[in-house]
Amino acid sequence: MTVPVAEVGFAEASWIMVVKSLVIFLGVFLIVPVLTVVERKLIGRFQNRYGPNRVGPHGVMQPLADIVKLAGKEKFRPDAAVPLLFAIAPAIAIFSGIVTLAIIPFGDVKDGVGFYGIDVSIGVLYFFAFGSLSFYGLLLAGWSSGSKYSFLGAMRSAAQLISYEVSMGLSLIGVVMMAGSLSLPSIVEAQGDIWYIVPQFLGFLIFMVSGFAETNRAPFDLPEADAELVQGYMTEYGGMRFGSYLLAEYLEMFVVSSIAVTFFLGGWMGPGPGWLDPIWMVGKVLTVIFVFIWVRATLPRLRYDQLMSLGWKIMLPLATLNTLVTAILVTVL
Amino acid sequence: MNAKLNTDGIDQMNREFPYLHESDVISVQRGPEPGGAGGVYRTFGATLKGLRTTFGRILEGPVTVQYPEEKMPVYPRFRGRHKLHRFDDGPEGVQGLEKCVGCSLCAAACPSDCIRVVAQENDPANRVSAGERYAEVYEINLSRCIFCGYCEVACPFDAITMGHDYEMSDYNRSDLIFTKEMLLAEPVDRTPLRRDDE
Repeated sequence: MTVPVAEVGFAEASWIMVVKSLVIFLGVFLIVPVLTVVERKLIGRFQNRYGPNRVGPHGVMQPLADIVKLAGKEKFRPDAAVPLLFAIAPAIAIFSGIVTLAIIPFGDVKDGVGFYGIDVSIGVLYFFAFGSLSFYGLLLAGWSSGSKYSFLGAMRSAAQLISYEVSMGLSLIGVVMMAGSLSLPSIVEAQGDIWYIVPQFLGFLIFMVSGFAETNRAPFDLPEADAELVQGYMTEYGGMRFGSYLLAEYLEMFVVSSIAVTFFLGGWMGPGPGWLDPIWMVGKVLTVIFVFIWVRATLPRLRYDQLMSLGWKIMLPLATLNTLVTAILVTVL
Repeated sequence: MNAKLNTDGIDQMNREFPYLHESDVISVQRGPEPGGAGGVYRTFGATLKGLRTTFGRILEGPVTVQYPEEKMPVYPRFRGRHKLHRFDDGPEGVQGLEKCVGCSLCAAACPSDCIRVVAQENDPANRVSAGERYAEVYEINLSRCIFCGYCEVACPFDAITMGHDYEMSDYNRSDLIFTKEMLLAEPVDRTPLRRDDE
């Protein structure tokens, strides 16, 4: 006798769930190292250079070399640090990213197996709940390091993440109203006629900009700000703990891109037979990630006050307006 | 004086700065005021422009020279590692002799004091150089050398010239002290020479 934690739209036998979660987990963990090398190579191309091309053919083994290097480093902890929090902060950062992967749909239900971890009826809230949890990874790291740079980075990320969380949520509400569901697979199915990027273009833009801010990516990488804060909240981290923050950042980028694809770009939908669905999904996600990298290669970092005024004076009113207009149109039409 | 530009502002300027000539006064074209709805619109446009610019870099392709495999060719007058020379022509008996006569002018000209020359009288039966004396010891400490080329200029017999080799890194400082034999030896041709049209 099992009691579900939340109302679940669709569930299979337990062993299928275990296999699914392993496949998704491993699949994404294989994608993340590839993303790091893809990002470095693309940034290189954006700057008229090659990027890493020495380790293995065309530099594809670079992440392996990075991991070996990071794993070989000493687990250093400053004297002023709070030991327990210092140790669990990177784990929280990774955990929140991985948990969010569970709800991302890579395909429809086929032969009694859904191509996603779980279809929760509160999909959007789930995403925001665990997205907010990832702040604790940053905040605890910055605070427990006992270093002023880490602390400044943590303060910045606190302010930044809180500011952009609001407009990010509001930008998705338009889609939720149009689809009439919070469950991610239902939202994808509701896009059979037209992808929501067309009616919700403003929402898509706001979501992308907030997504850059939520994942601490350029041009909103103030919490890290390698030039001024020497990596901000991760200043005092080394070895695999530092590596896990790196991993968490790319994982979060993957998650936010998947959410963008699910909500605005039609999720797994695409021409071709059904078994192509996960490929369509991953392809679209990689395209969005390309945009992430493209923007990183283009835009300079915002000043702190610019970041705040963009978040509160522009993104939030626009997102509210978008929600209001969508609400009126959904009711009238 | 202000017949054409009779405006209050310029009159005032002439009173306050009488030494300024009329043509020095220029109007400054300022950009639009930041902020507001127009600012958002312009920022969006500028962002798209920036994205287009960076994407153009991808289409251009990398310009990197993959250094150890590819090398930038050097100009003919590039000042690389020094070379000492022998006579490869001239009258019988001179061919093959060292050009250096041990005069130490290069050592005197050297600003970083990295050349050491010890001269020795030539044995007439077994000559080393074409002159009266020869360099028994000729050492250049390349870890001090600044590759200014003054030694080449100072040499009255063109015995020392600057070559094209710039790959001289080594694991020991002492290995960077090049002896006469090393400087006389034909250098390994490691550096491509720039063609005329490059």
